[in-house]
Amino acid sequence: MTTLTGPRSDSARAIEAGRRSRTWGAWYVAEHRFRVMRSYTGTVVVAGIGSPLIYLYALGVGLATIVDANLGAGAVDGVSYLVFVAPALLASAAITVASEEFTYPIMLGYKWNPTFTGMHASPLQPAQIVDGVVISVVIRMLVNLVLFYALMLAFGAAPSPLGVFAILAGALGGLAFGTVIMAYTSTLEEDTGQLAMVMRFVVLPMTLFSGTFFPLSTFPVWLQWIGWVSPLWHSTELARVFSYGAAEPIWLTVVHVVVLVGLAVAGWMWARRIAVRRLRK
Amino acid sequence: MSEPVIVANELVKRYGEFAAVDRISFEVAPGESFGLLGPNGAGKSTTMRMVGAVSTRTGGELSVLGLDPDRFGPEIRSQLGVVPQADNLDAELRVRENLLVYGRYFGLPRKLVAERADELLAFAQLEEKAKAKVDSLSGGMKRRLTIARALINDPRILLLDEPTTGLDPQARHILWDRLFRLKEQGTTLLLTTHYMDEAEQLCDRLVVVDKGTIMAEGTPAELIRRYSTREVLEVRFGSDRNSEVAARLSGLGDRLEVLPDRILVYSENGEAELVRLTDAGLHPITSLVRRSSLEDVFLRLTGRSLIE
Amino acid sequence: MTELADRRPAESGPAPRPVRSLYAGNARAVMFRGWRATRSTNWLVVVSGFFEPIFYLLAMGIGLGTLVGTVTTASGHEVAYPAFIAPALLAVAAMNGAIYDSTWNVFFKMQFAKLYEGMLSTSLGPLDVALGEILLALLRGALYAVGFQLVMQALGLNLSWWALLALPAVLLIAFGFASLGMAITSYMKTFQQMDWINFVMLPMFLFSATFYPLTVYPEWLQSIIQALPLWHGVELVRGLTTGDVGWGLLGHVLYYVVMIAIGLVFTTRRLRALFLD
Repeated sequence: MTTLTGPRSDSARAIEAGRRSRTWGAWYVAEHRFRVMRSYTGTVVVAGIGSPLIYLYALGVGLATIVDANLGAGAVDGVSYLVFVAPALLASAAITVASEEFTYPIMLGYKWNPTFTGMHASPLQPAQIVDGVVISVVIRMLVNLVLFYALMLAFGAAPSPLGVFAILAGALGGLAFGTVIMAYTSTLEEDTGQLAMVMRFVVLPMTLFSGTFFPLSTFPVWLQWIGWVSPLWHSTELARVFSYGAAEPIWLTVVHVVVLVGLAVAGWMWARRIAVRRLRK
Repeated sequence: MSEPVIVANELVKRYGEFAAVDRISFEVAPGESFGLLGPNGAGKSTTMRMVGAVSTRTGGELSVLGLDPDRFGPEIRSQLGVVPQADNLDAELRVRENLLVYGRYFGLPRKLVAERADELLAFAQLEEKAKAKVDSLSGGMKRRLTIARALINDPRILLLDEPTTGLDPQARHILWDRLFRLKEQGTTLLLTTHYMDEAEQLCDRLVVVDKGTIMAEGTPAELIRRYSTREVLEVRFGSDRNSEVAARLSGLGDRLEVLPDRILVYSENGEAELVRLTDAGLHPITSLVRRSSLEDVFLRLTGRSLIE
Repeated sequence: MTELADRRPAESGPAPRPVRSLYAGNARAVMFRGWRATRSTNWLVVVSGFFEPIFYLLAMGIGLGTLVGTVTTASGHEVAYPAFIAPALLAVAAMNGAIYDSTWNVFFKMQFAKLYEGMLSTSLGPLDVALGEILLALLRGALYAVGFQLVMQALGLNLSWWALLALPAVLLIAFGFASLGMAITSYMKTFQQMDWINFVMLPMFLFSATFYPLTVYPEWLQSIIQALPLWHGVELVRGLTTGDVGWGLLGHVLYYVVMIAIGLVFTTRRLRALFLD
């Protein structure tokens, strides 16, 4: 055995000390992320409460007035416009968190302020760094979504008793999109505007064309594919099933879950591979 | 002597065709301060990364604390302190927080980490800066904080990659003083440098590395004795005349090195050589007699200066 | 003796000219630098900015339009939904571009790139820098606006010849936001403070009669919105593109003229404090 070549006490001590980090390493990374997030708590709280409030009021109350006036109550997917749009706004909120936390902080960690290199010099392993970031973002996302859901209840925008599961649907959507964008960001050696382009040509169209503000079916068929490939559409539809019992065939609900889980896992594994490649040169 | 804590045997690291490290072998004993001396691009940092268990070797054998870094990365790293060449302190956190967070990466209990953080802030003479932002620190302070951070897990071995590069002379001396204390406390140091004064100050033993291979090994004094003379006479005749005059100097000293800006005369007695020179009717613009240094060893071994 | 000589110019010299010390009349040099920098680094990002309002127009105008049908404007005209939101998106794009350029961009250059320090060590004054940056932002905004109006024309959303005046209106709006943004930025110290700008922009974007008429709100909320700048911009551009023109539009113009004046006064005063005192 390898341990016989060196002084026993040293290698024994090392093996003992390595055990903790092998088991809990990812949580130590998450702990770091939370400490960093604490420096912008104000922003997180205000964005977490303020923007759902604004969106729910502007769209769910303001816009809803003219939509409902035009089509009569219950005309969008059988419910009022507020009930229709609220779960979509919840799902988009998760995408917003994901697109903040999985882009610039990743670029920062690999390149601008290479804290990932510092972590890797400690017992932490590259895959654990990725896992830790994911854990911390999921937790932040859940906090935001719980707040969002509470506001939905206050607005009377979540009639179904199963509505609380919309939180999970939203988080799953955020994760599906987030891990992929994290993997992509990890591949960037230099940011010459790629991230800004992703925001403009991926995040924005995805938010607008994923059946968020109106049913996907109002689009011509040749534009509907945007929804089908969009994690946001899948998470929005799933959230609608929970929040007001939107009618859709059961196989479609299964497809939503499979697509989202598939993307989340694929992005996650891809991000781990890149972390190993980049940190273990 | 007790068992070595680092054993490298025919160690190789290739990037494609290029061999950054080409069959390097060395051993480091516990408590020893061991240096890798060489110019930029010699393969020192790559060697450090392999010893630090963050880079997979292409060939050869390597054992750190009796373990194979490719298999026991986290275990080995739990016993190392690493001071990288470029500071990677966390700019989003404050000075003391950097130590707290880093200690947690090792899974150390919060209370223990907090105690050590305060001790180390004192050691690094940064107590007053505990709440400061990292960006507001000077280069020397940042490097001291990086060293403090590397000590948070009470490491068996401290790896220092070019610890004083880019620092002003005063900051370097403060840093050397801190490192010397660690050495006295029995911490094993493995450091790379391209400064010979640093190597002479800090290293018990060192290897001279160039183009991925080891050129020589020994204590600083041994190396100087083996590859150089006791003294060196440096003379300048002006950039245009150095090589012309050099032809007339043959026979002077044990050996001559003609550099673009000066001529080095290696001898046991530099003053005597200077007298012979003036007796021969040659009058250099400046002359200087000094003790041989590792710079001379490097020049002898590779035909090049360390800092180019 | 020396004391006397030193004192004289201050007492009997010409009155201090507050603008001369700040402005060398060479904002062009700053614009030129910005133009070269854009060309060499991120022109694709700049070009991409053109697509943002287009995406909104397509998604909201076409998709949401089927749910909304027609909308009644402030003065009682019935217009199709896309024709209702297109001018609002034009005004919003002007605001976003101007705010981005005068806040984030300027803040970054001021705090991190130390670009302005280099510029100010030449004969350029702070006002040259400020005006140069604003004018470059306006130039960019004008290009976007022309592109967007062409798209509107193709979709039949310009309902009147008055729409031709929408372009100068957009520039006025952008100038207003840019000078205000610059004034605010000159007081900012950290990125966190910059985040607050977004918190003001988001509700203004959603509430200012952008996607539906103001009448859906209670009175008190309507008056708050009418006090904010974006609403005036939206109404101004909408009046022009839908051909709903009246003397009231001049009120909106006046609002922006005052805003520009206030912004410039504060910017100038602040720049003097930062760089000259």
